[in-house]
Amino acid sequence: MMIETITILGGCSKSGDPEPVKEVNLKKGDVVSIVGPTGSGKTMLINDIELFASGDTPTKRRVLINGDEVLEEIRNNPHKNPIARITQHTTFLSDLPVCDFLELHAKIRQDGERYLIKKTLDLANQLSGENILLSSRMTELSGGQTRALLIADAVVIGNTPIILLDEVENAGIYKDRALKILRGYQKMMVFVTHDPVITLFSDFRIVMRNGAMEKVIKTTEEEKKAAEEVKRVDNLLMDLREKIRSGETIELKEVVV
Amino acid sequence: MKLVVCAGPPSSGKTSVLKSVCGKLLQRENKIAYLKIDTQYAIEDEIFKKEFGIPTKKVYTGDLCPDHVNVLILGDGLNWAEKEGADVLLVESAGLCLRCAPYVEGGLGIVVLEVTSGMQLPLKLGPILSLADAAVMTKIDLISQAEKEVFRAGINKVAPNVCVLEADALHGIGISPLVKMIERCPEIVGELRLKGVPPLGVCTICIGKKEIGWEKHFGILRALEGDLFYRGE
Ligand SMILES: Nc1nc2c(ncn2[C@@H]2O[C@H](COP(=O)(O)OP(=O)(O)OP(=O)(O)O)[C@@H](O)[C@H]2O)c(=O)[nH]1
Ligand SMILES: Nc1ncnc2c1ncn2[C@@H]1O[C@H](COP(=O)(O)OP(=O)(O)OP(=O)(O)O)[C@@H](O)[C@H]1O
Ligand SMILES: [Mg+2]
Ligand SMILES: [Mg+2]
Repeated sequence: MMIETITILGGCSKSGDPEPVKEVNLKKGDVVSIVGPTGSGKTMLINDIELFASGDTPTKRRVLINGDEVLEEIRNNPHKNPIARITQHTTFLSDLPVCDFLELHAKIRQDGERYLIKKTLDLANQLSGENILLSSRMTELSGGQTRALLIADAVVIGNTPIILLDEVENAGIYKDRALKILRGYQKMMVFVTHDPVITLFSDFRIVMRNGAMEKVIKTTEEEKKAAEEVKRVDNLLMDLREKIRSGETIELKEVVV
Repeated sequence: MKLVVCAGPPSSGKTSVLKSVCGKLLQRENKIAYLKIDTQYAIEDEIFKKEFGIPTKKVYTGDLCPDHVNVLILGDGLNWAEKEGADVLLVESAGLCLRCAPYVEGGLGIVVLEVTSGMQLPLKLGPILSLADAAVMTKIDLISQAEKEVFRAGINKVAPNVCVLEADALHGIGISPLVKMIERCPEIVGELRLKGVPPLGVCTICIGKKEIGWEKHFGILRALEGDLFYRGE
């Protein structure tokens, strides 16, 4: 089945009041952020999406595919689940070389087509900036490389149409570039995030408060322009971080904008 | 009375899964009793009593094999649950021996496996997996999509007919299908029988002879090379 849209129908907040936002539609190719203070229900919202909630979670939300209730067959059969979720805690446990590991996944997923392995590695390397080699062992990867490979593997080999990312922003990833590349894959990407770059490069954002979807803000033209500036500041900080890590000193003129 | 037997390696998430299940079953007005079988230490009975206010019981098996004890006491367990007014008995086994399977004909057998035990785990399991009605993969929040899928493929290979579920038991994700399976499960009637044949046994090791080497033992034996054979008088 092709998934063109996902609809979230509002339920109730932590205090039991109806949610201010009654309906949110995500389309194929959309990049969406979920923002809000700690404990406001961001993780809960992506849990509802992952579950295809049908009024059976504490929030009473309902999630539809292409406008229809989700068939039990899809809800209950992990093999048909169209969603990959990556959280702060998600990691690789295997200590195989990267190549063997990806091959193992490709074998059960898409008849082991060899080019998928290269494609996954290329994507991971574009995302992370620190080169991963096919011969590296999974356990030797840095935090940034691990995140990049988790995402690349879910996108290319897992090939699920919906990807949920819960606070995976990480030093070592050029986020604006990563988002541009990921957009090319025409997935629905949902970020739970505190990061201004990811938020402003999204198509729209859902603002959470007290367990409820408080409002939906479509990224304005002005914000899109601002995003370019924010990106410069972010990249500047990232370069500084790199320099400090590699033992260099920082000059004042580098940081005066 | 419906009988649900849940097995799986230590710390795989059996209690967490059953807690989610129990909460949802109670919401739907089922009456639950809970029985834990363990070798020497368990606090699950207190947890279930405190959290849900349902009748609970535990059995320590000490030096006996927990799956043997399961066979010996399950009939009494059902009578106890009946007396307590329950209509579903949830049994959490110690699940130490992966060759045995504590599931009962006419009941629902659930095996709980944590995906964090490595991608090859399903291939190492015998009847505890192949005779289950449902296999719940827990801790999916902790590992990559790739390892999760390889793990699931392993289960499908060993037990093609088992219903595989993926759960984050801490957030109650993926548990609802299990609740539906329990509700659809028929009442247990007539004589209770194990689903699988217990492992071959009854040798001098089982009854306490400690010497090493097949020459020192009687019963069904084997050497390093060659097949099983019987040695006895
Ligand atoms: N992250 C995560 N942790 C889990 C999940 N399920 C269980 N746990 C944790 O794993 C540990 C063991 O879980 P239990 O439910 O006690 O396991 P058990 O199989 O009942 O253990 P025994 O009865 O002692 O053999 C606990 O710390 C749980 O909180 C899960 O889906 N995700
Ligand atoms: N609508 C709701 N109804 C009832 N409980 C809710 C609702 N939304 C959230 N909760 C509960 O509130 C708690 C905090 O929610 P959650 O973990 O989703 O917040 P968060 O925004 O992800 O926080 P953090 O930024 O710390 O990760 C959780 O225990 C969750 O179950
Ligand atoms: Mg959260
Ligand atoms: Mg337990």
